[in-house]
Formats: sequence, C-alpha cells, structure tokens
Amino acid sequence: MQPVLDVKHLIMDFGGLRALDNIDLEVLQNEIVALIGPNGAGKTTFFNCITGMYEPTKGDMIVYPPGKEKTRLNKLKPNIVTEHGLARTFQNIRLFQKMTVLENVMVARHCRTKSGIAGAILRDPKTRKEESEMVEFSYNLLEKVGLAPFVNDIAKELPYGAQRRLEIARAMATEPFLLLLDEPAAGMNPKETNELDKLIMKLREEENISILLIEHDMKLVMSISDRIYVLDYGRMIAQGTPAEISEDPNVIKAYLGEAFDA
Amino acid sequence: MATKWKPLIEKITSEFIKSLLVSFWFMFLTFPIMVIKVHPLERTIEWRWMNMAYVAIGSFVLSFIWRYLMERKEGGESKEEGETWQKRIGLKIRTDKRISMPGLAAVAIFIVIFPLIFSSYQTQIMISALMYVMLGLGLNIVVGLAGLLDLGYVAFYAVGAYCYALLNHHFGISFWMALPISALLATTFGVLLGFPVLRLRGDYLAIVTLGFGEIIRLILENWNEFSFGPSGIAGISRPSFFGMELSLQQHTIYLYFIVVVLVIFTIFVVSRLRNSRIGRAWIALREDEVACQAMGIDKTKTKLTAFALGATWAGFVGCIFAAKTTFINPASFTFMESAIILSIVVLGGMGSIVGVMLGAFVLILLPEYLRAFSEFRMLAFGAAMVIIMVFRPQGIISGIRQRYEFRRAGSEPGGAQ
Repeated sequence: MQPVLDVKHLIMDFGGLRALDNIDLEVLQNEIVALIGPNGAGKTTFFNCITGMYEPTKGDMIVYPPGKEKTRLNKLKPNIVTEHGLARTFQNIRLFQKMTVLENVMVARHCRTKSGIAGAILRDPKTRKEESEMVEFSYNLLEKVGLAPFVNDIAKELPYGAQRRLEIARAMATEPFLLLLDEPAAGMNPKETNELDKLIMKLREEENISILLIEHDMKLVMSISDRIYVLDYGRMIAQGTPAEISEDPNVIKAYLGEAFDA
Repeated sequence: MATKWKPLIEKITSEFIKSLLVSFWFMFLTFPIMVIKVHPLERTIEWRWMNMAYVAIGSFVLSFIWRYLMERKEGGESKEEGETWQKRIGLKIRTDKRISMPGLAAVAIFIVIFPLIFSSYQTQIMISALMYVMLGLGLNIVVGLAGLLDLGYVAFYAVGAYCYALLNHHFGISFWMALPISALLATTFGVLLGFPVLRLRGDYLAIVTLGFGEIIRLILENWNEFSFGPSGIAGISRPSFFGMELSLQQHTIYLYFIVVVLVIFTIFVVSRLRNSRIGRAWIALREDEVACQAMGIDKTKTKLTAFALGATWAGFVGCIFAAKTTFINPASFTFMESAIILSIVVLGGMGSIVGVMLGAFVLILLPEYLRAFSEFRMLAFGAAMVIIMVFRPQGIISGIRQRYEFRRAGSEPGGAQ
C-alpha cells in the first residue's frame, strides 16, 4: 500500500527541551491512524510540525498526494501545507465565531478558488460562477456532516458537538487527502461520540481520504483505527494494530493503565 | 401581592440610598468651586448655596437614571428580547421592498435637494461629514473587517492631500487627474506600511501604526523644501467643472455632489468586498489568525490587501480635502484625526456599513450642532461617547452576515426561513 504521509526521524526542540525525539510515522492511503499518549507527550506538537506551524529541528516530512508529485513539507507555511492537501482541526475549537456556519466552510474554499479584488467589486460572470459553486460545494459538505439546518446560524451559537462537526466540515472543504483531527471527541457525550465515529468512517468511505487523529477516548480509538502509534515524553513507545497496542505492556504502563481491557 | 412587590421596593430603596450617597459625594467634591466664591478685591466671600442644590438634584437624578439603565442592561432577558427585536426590524427593512424602496427613495431625494434647501455653511458641514463617512468606511476595511488596529490611518489621508496639493502647486495638475493618483499613492504607502507590520498584531501593531502616522506628519512639518513645512500649501485649485467659472457657493454644491457620488461608490465597493472571497478571508483573519492560516489563507497577502485598500480610501478623501479647503498644512493630520476616524468605526459598529455611516454623522455633526452648549460641547460629546460604549459595546449597529437560501427536493429546508 502506498503511503500518503511519511515522517522520518522528526526532532523538535524548544530551547533545551526535546518535545519530539526521533519520531517515525507513516499513514497509508485510505487508512485511519490514531496517535495516542498521555497529556504533554507531544501529540499536538507533532501536528503543528507537519502542518507548518512549527519548524521542526530535524527530520523529513514527505507527502505523497494521490496522483501528484511527492512534496517535502519542511519549511512550508501552514497555508501552503493546506494547499498541498493536509487539513486539520484543533483541540480547542477554533471556528470563525462571528461568521455563519456556511461562511466558515466557504472560507476554507479560499485556497481552491481564485477570484481577486477586481472580481469581488465587478462581480463578473466568472466570479459569480465561482461564488455559486463555492456555496453549492459548502452546502453539500454541511449536509454530509448533518449541519444543513444550521447554515445561516452564527458559528459560536452552535451546540458543542455541532461546532466540532463544523470544524471537520471546514477542514474537508480544503479538499484534503489527509485529514488531521486533534481530539475530535473531546468534551462530547457518548451519543455525540458515537455519531462522530460514524462520521469519520463515512468520510473515509465516501471521500477516499486518510485520517490521522489524536484522541483520548479509547473506545473510539480502538473501534475506528487501523493502526495506532503511542507517544510518551516525545518518544514513540509503540505502534501496531488496536489489538496489539491494548496488550503492549509498555503502553499499559505509560498510558492505558492496568485496568484497561479493550 | 405584598410579597411580590417586596423585593422591588427593597431594590428601589437600596438604589435610592446609593444615588443619595453619590449626590452627597458630588456636593462635597464640587463644594469649593461651585459654592464658595471669593472676591479678593472686596475681600468678601459669597456662598452660593443654590448651586449646591442644583448639583445635588442633578447628580441624584442622573445617578438614578444610570442605575436604572444599567439594571435593565444586566437583566439578560430584556437584552435578548431587544436583540431579536432589533434583528427582526433590521431584516424586515432589508428584505421587505415595500419599506426599503420608498425609504431609499426618500433618502435619495433628501440628499439631492440638501444643498438647495440648506445654507452653504450647512452644506460644508455635510461635506465634511460625508468625507468622514468615506474615511470611516475605508478604515472599516482594516479595523472592522480584517481586525488590524490601525492608529495611523491619518497618514494615508495626508499622503492623498499632499499628493494633490503638490502636484497642483508644481505642475498644475487638475483635481480629476490627481484623484486617482492620490489614491494610488496612498495604496502604495499602505503596502509600504503593511510590510513591516505583517508579523505584528494587537497592541504592537497599534503602536507601530501610530508611529507611522507621526512619522509622516513630522516629515511634512520639517521637510520645508518638499512640503513647505508648517506654513503649508495654499491656493490649491478647486475641482473644475468642464472649464466653467463657478462661484464659491456653486463650488460648494459641486463638491457636495462629487462627495456624494464617491460615498455611493465607496458603499458599493465595500459592500461587495465584504461578501466576497477576499472579504471573508479578512473576517476569518480577524476571528482567528491561526485557524485562518490553517485553512489555506495566505496571511501576508490578506493583510496587505486590507492595508492597501483601506489606504486607498484615505487617499481619495485626502485629495478631496485639499480641494475643499484649498489650503493644507500638517496641523490637519494629527493623531486626533486618526482617533476620530477610529471612534467612528468602533462607535458605529465594526464591520457594519450603515453603522459606520451613522457613527460618522454622530461624531462629526453632533459637535457642530452642540455649539449651542459652547464650552460644554466637548463634555457633552464625551459623555455621549461613553454612554454609547457602555450600553452598546458592539457599536450602534453590529455587522450582519449574508444569508443564503437553499431549497431543494429531498433535503431539509435550509436554515433561512
């Protein structure tokens, strides 16, 4: 199977602190991979490195977009990384709060559209076409995640679970081949988590994308992941299928705890 | 029944006592200046006890009203109701053609006949108010939409004004030629300022832009060979009207209509920009810079376009200002101007076009019509600003986002009703 993301020997230092120590990680096409570990293990730092928010100290991050040339992500700005087909959500929801639900998704179409200032002022046929396509695309996406009834609502007024789903829809609007989800189930009740589980599976089936997610909800992780990586103090302590991970003595000691049985 | 009224009565009593205390405090504070009057020559002291009574009654009543309004503001329920009520009215006005069309027509007629029914002086005031509408709408792009706090906006205004003044002085270039040149030059300066401040935001950005504004003013003040220093440039030509000779009054009316047309043009452009790909990118940048970049928006480009387009309008208005006053000097471009334009945007409502227009009229026309209060003018003006900001921190009218209608078979009806 072809990898879509290949990270090799990634090191991230903050001053004297080594937040990520020689991380190797691979995501294959159409795969759901989970990254787990205790708080402060460096999971979000890893996300920030591959999305261009931090510049890693050492290492290679290479993407293989399906049907396109491979690209090295090092030193690319976040918006360029997104253009190359990686999209992320945030651990603490970062929606454009005062914009409507639809607009939140439309903003994410920015990098896939072109009209400029002149187009905006003159509203020539080309701009109008692009605009209506953008609205159409965004609406379809919102329908898919079940937010169609809220299109014109202000983002911050949405219920919590819906805000999480809107973040996913927004990320999907950039047409990624790899979706990065940072604790998508945080703060959700079991029903919402269940819906999220279904949504992630549906996205993978219908959009044919790969998903890399950070998550603490072990039930969710074990049920949807193909493979799991475990981080602890910036080191990769284990990797494997959910079954392997739940029995790995190192992982149980560092993270899952003795009582956990999957 | 008695139990139902008890908390209310208790509340009123406690507010009453608080207001009474405020009133005593003010009597004490103002006692030396309001009550005692010493006549040094006659060596007598006049005790003006009536003044004390006025202070007492005035402060008591004001304090009581203030408390009542604050109470209403904090009572969340009434606020919610007020919001939806306001939204409903706003939506009604915008969507119902039977209301919006005649309303618009009435405004249009009023605008056209304004200079014909009012004096030249009134028209002059209206011209400045409309100029500030344009400045406000221009700064609204930078502050209201893109969320970049710019305290040196007046610099671009100065660039526009000096551009026309100098071109006219040295080369005799006409107003109509200079208008686009001024705007373009201001745009260039917008980009020039944009570059160094790209990495900054919030307070730091505000300080740097403030510095930029002062630099431009100081250059104009001190570089005598270039800008004629503090004495300024006089005898700038008024706009020409197909080569015809116009009287001063006709010139005023002519300029009035030029400004009206430009204001309409500004509204047109800004309203279209606001709901465009670029406009949404600006708002996204304002809402969350990190998320905005992660969603594939080039932060650098977006910030620069906001600065550049904002500056363009200042350039336009600067050129008009030079043509209106026919004399400019650096004293017209102090920090105070930036502060007023910023107040217009904040007071009117960031991101809202109607709000900014109202803000401009309130802030420019109010001091003019408050001249009756002579020395209390600025005091009343300040009080009005404080009151608006306390009771409507989001501005007179808050920005409203565009709604989209969706109707299709087999799917849930869209959110739009």
